[in-house]
Amino acid sequence: MSSQDIPEENLPAAQDTAHGAVKLADEKNPFADPGLPPHEHRIQDIDERAAKRSERTVALLFTLSMLATVGFIVSYVTIPVDKSVYIFTLGHISALNFALGMTLGVALFAIGAGAVHWARTLMSDHELTDERHPIEASPEVRAKVMDDFRQGAKESALGRRKLIRNTMFGALALFPLSGVVLLRDLGPLPGTKLRHTLWSKGKLLVNMNTNEPMRPSDIIVGSLTFAKPEGLEEHDHGFQTEIAKAALMLVRIQPDDIKDKQSLEWSHEGILAYSKICTHVGCPISLYEQQTHHALCPCHQSTFDLADGARVIFGPAGHALPQLRIGVNDEGYLEALGDFDEPVGPAFWERG
Amino acid sequence: MKKLSARRRHPLAALVVLLLALACTGGLYAVFAPADKAQADETAQSLTIEEGKKLYAVGCASCHGTGGQGTSDGPSLVGVGAAAVDFQVSTGRMPAATSQGAQIPKKPAVYTQAEIDQLAAYIASLGAGPAIPTEEQYGPEGADIAKGGELFRNNCAQCHNFTGKGGALTHGKYAPSLEDVAPKYIYEAMLTGPQNMPSFPDSTLSEQNKKDVIAYLNAVNSDDTESPGGLELGGLGPVAEGLFAWVFGLGALVAVAVWVAARTAKAKKS
Amino acid sequence: MSTTTTPESRSRGKAPAGERVADWADGRLGIYSLAKANMRKIFPDHWSFMLGEICLYSFLIIILTGVYLTLFFHPSMNEVEYHGSYVPLQGQLMSEAYKSTLDISFDVRGGLLIRQIHHWAALVFLAGMFVHMMRVFFTGAFRKPREINWLFGFLLFVLGMFTGFTGYSLPDDLLSGTGIRFMEGAILSVPIVGTYISFFLFGGEFPGDDFVARFFSIHVLLLPGIMLGLVVAHLILVFYHKHTQFAGPGKTNNNVVGMPLLPVYMAKAGGFFFLVFGALAALSAIATINPIWALGPYRPDMVSTGAQPDWYMGFSEGLIRVMPGWEINFWGHTLVLGVFIPLLIFPLVLVAIAVYPFIESWVTGDKREHHILDRPRNAPTRTAFGVAWITLYFVLLVGGGNDLWATHFHLSINAITWFVRIAFFVAPVVAFIVTKRICLGLQRRDRDKVLHGREAGIIKRLPHGEFVEVHEPLSQEQLYTLTAHEQYKPFEIGPAVDENGVRRKVKMSEKLRAKLSKGYYGGESQIPKPTVEEYKEITSGHGHH
Repeated sequence: MSSQDIPEENLPAAQDTAHGAVKLADEKNPFADPGLPPHEHRIQDIDERAAKRSERTVALLFTLSMLATVGFIVSYVTIPVDKSVYIFTLGHISALNFALGMTLGVALFAIGAGAVHWARTLMSDHELTDERHPIEASPEVRAKVMDDFRQGAKESALGRRKLIRNTMFGALALFPLSGVVLLRDLGPLPGTKLRHTLWSKGKLLVNMNTNEPMRPSDIIVGSLTFAKPEGLEEHDHGFQTEIAKAALMLVRIQPDDIKDKQSLEWSHEGILAYSKICTHVGCPISLYEQQTHHALCPCHQSTFDLADGARVIFGPAGHALPQLRIGVNDEGYLEALGDFDEPVGPAFWERG
Repeated sequence: MKKLSARRRHPLAALVVLLLALACTGGLYAVFAPADKAQADETAQSLTIEEGKKLYAVGCASCHGTGGQGTSDGPSLVGVGAAAVDFQVSTGRMPAATSQGAQIPKKPAVYTQAEIDQLAAYIASLGAGPAIPTEEQYGPEGADIAKGGELFRNNCAQCHNFTGKGGALTHGKYAPSLEDVAPKYIYEAMLTGPQNMPSFPDSTLSEQNKKDVIAYLNAVNSDDTESPGGLELGGLGPVAEGLFAWVFGLGALVAVAVWVAARTAKAKKS
Repeated sequence: MSTTTTPESRSRGKAPAGERVADWADGRLGIYSLAKANMRKIFPDHWSFMLGEICLYSFLIIILTGVYLTLFFHPSMNEVEYHGSYVPLQGQLMSEAYKSTLDISFDVRGGLLIRQIHHWAALVFLAGMFVHMMRVFFTGAFRKPREINWLFGFLLFVLGMFTGFTGYSLPDDLLSGTGIRFMEGAILSVPIVGTYISFFLFGGEFPGDDFVARFFSIHVLLLPGIMLGLVVAHLILVFYHKHTQFAGPGKTNNNVVGMPLLPVYMAKAGGFFFLVFGALAALSAIATINPIWALGPYRPDMVSTGAQPDWYMGFSEGLIRVMPGWEINFWGHTLVLGVFIPLLIFPLVLVAIAVYPFIESWVTGDKREHHILDRPRNAPTRTAFGVAWITLYFVLLVGGGNDLWATHFHLSINAITWFVRIAFFVAPVVAFIVTKRICLGLQRRDRDKVLHGREAGIIKRLPHGEFVEVHEPLSQEQLYTLTAHEQYKPFEIGPAVDENGVRRKVKMSEKLRAKLSKGYYGGESQIPKPTVEEYKEITSGHGHH
């Protein structure tokens, strides 16, 4: 949009006339710019004693800074790094951190305060005026630049020799591809990795707290237990990546209270094994309210009804928590009857 | 057996052995404990239950039913155990106001400890449930603070925050702050799962585990807990920090900027 | 050049040492012409002009402390067992990144202080940029010729957000890990390429072993490098354009009134750096920030309530928290709208404020340079838009902290979420209307003040018993200041038919522009400022009362 199609009269009068060249109040225009007010003296400008006082204040601040820096070094050398000190209202805090921070703070702040006080009270406070000049170049300069450019463009013959131009553009457009290709090895392709977890048929459910397999009787109604697949140990390489998918939340609900039929079928005597990973963006969801059977995610408050197939009843999650089919093995321990039926965690394009 | 020997060198193996040893000792003690003393205890116990029953009839029966079977106003207390009674009544949650909000809050206790013990004994007599834990169970001896931290982050932090400052649940319910809560009550809460809190029975969170959790909490959330960096800002994380940065960080700097840019006082024209 | 020594250069040879050094440098760098233009450059005095300096200095402090931290931080995700001085984590498995951050906090003397200064400075840096940006916005300082500098500033704000986010993620503690998990979930929601981007970013499945090292180079090299370049460009433009000023006696669009760089601003601005650094150091001595030892090492199966990002990411957290969980499944694919829509609105919220200057300049069609700042009341539509934007931003911040509002004000988290869902649409509109009305009210008051003078607070009894308050006429300075602002007339398309009765073609964009212009400058959007005639009629007529 150019300014041409805005009628001139819509723009307010040019500012330099509005802001009046008239410097003095005149009868014709009471709103005219009276110009810069006359300079007034500060106390320090007329009273040498006040100026001396200012000087001493500034010097005092700079001296204070020096002392604080000495204090900083002394604190660094003398205070043990693990010494704790009680400071009123702050509580039990690290003596070294407090001493270093305060001395450094004072040392720096005093330099700044001294400099500013000096500038405010002792340096000249005469207001000065700088002229502004338009940023746009004059028409002559503009014309010269345009001419030079055209001359240069003509001499390069870029417009005439199309073959050179086109192949050059082609080359320039293609070479960044090398950079893109180089990024390929940042990571493997997703494949079906997001669809599988460590759970498989016969894998025992191991209690996260005790690192022991569990019997159904261990899990009482109203309790909350977290489980991992047997064989996955904290020291294992890849533990983090595996637990990010395999983490399990076990609750027990009276079978009569379980509303979802499939959910009941996949449970063992009312023991339900849900993925602990939220289907929204993957926080470990485990704020289980044992009376309402609701599980809340602490990150974004998606709420799931564990008594009803963990369907979403509030918040931003888009689908229910996946449930793991469980049973009991010959020795009476809880085991998985297979992997999750659907991908755990956040939804993604290929999830379907 | 192969599995067992493979786990022999696991860091938790020692713990498991320790637990087994403890269980054996306890069992042996129960078997060989003098029987006549138990007899004497029993009569005292039945007296206590009688007293508890009277207190119950006055203070609790209107909601929980005359026999503790529960009514529409209060759940059944059969099988909740002495630990639940001790927790609920000692922390003042019970007796509750007739019209509660989303959740029954902590209040000063209405009953004395002796009365609470009587109530607990009565409720315990209605059906087997967890007993009141002993000092030995929740005390600091033999606790592994770091293990407790890991357990706390796995089982508790999601509702109660990293260091037990509390947090929100659905529809106005909340997980209360664990500051200044006596270890005994924390133990009882884990054991019994009051209100909407799930329980963590010994079968899934062992006695030792509970001890560790309490020791951790005592280390990171007590009056003596050190906050090396200075003011804790409620231990609530980035929201409190952001507020502090705006008000005291940027606020102070703007105040300084006002001073830097302000005109120096002019001498009065005479 | 001749080889004979001119009298001038001989005198240079005898100059004092300092001058000789300057001469040496000038001969190679041409510093004298640079100094001629800038050494006595004038800067106007106003506290709000120093907000940008707060940002600049906290940025420098962040770089200084950040370099120190890199000397001790190990950007590695190798799992190690902790055996340092912090007891509650003894024997715990953790990444080297987390362990080295613990060591910085507990075993390096002063390490905790530097870490806290770094983090506090980052929060103040972002808060400072936000306030600075709003100052520029509400005073109209973004107008020609400063639009490019506005964009530079905006880019700095956005890059600052991401630099902050990547830095917050480095210690690999439980809170920052949760933030990364959120980011991964958001990336997965992107249609078609989401899983691929996620796998490339994390070197495979989340969390993998790579992200700390990768975020480290983004946090310490890539983003700060770009930001440093932008900061320099921003400052060069500030110098080149010369600072804006508020209207006042003697201050015109063609000058700048204030104090010279040397010595006053050298001392004030230089001193201000130390004041900012000192204040942040003291803050870091007093208040702890991000106590990662209390948070524990990251485990993807653990979490704490109150999981929030640093404040500058809070509005994105709000967006994601209040969004309903929409998800569409079709032909074996999933469109995760519940996450993807917030992911799209997030940049839109930012872009809305960034493009505003260009919209305004299109509506006004004004192509002149503006160096006199507007008082916010004199640009009611702009001010109302800005307040509406801030309102939206803060509504989302409330949404981002809904769990803490719930616990601290005894509210239901569900109720807050619903409030934010509604307020997201309603609050900005209400804020817009209310702000505009307030601006117009203030304009009316200014007009009354100019025409009738200032209320003196003196009550006078007239001979016939009536009580009147004495109004003092304003000084010439005040009259000038209150009437110096410009008022645009609304742009009109003109008659639909030309003089020959032929229908003119009017472009849609022109119609839109006329509409917007009417909204900006129509009768309901500004109070005409008093004219000289009005003033004379009132003042000459019947004195002051």
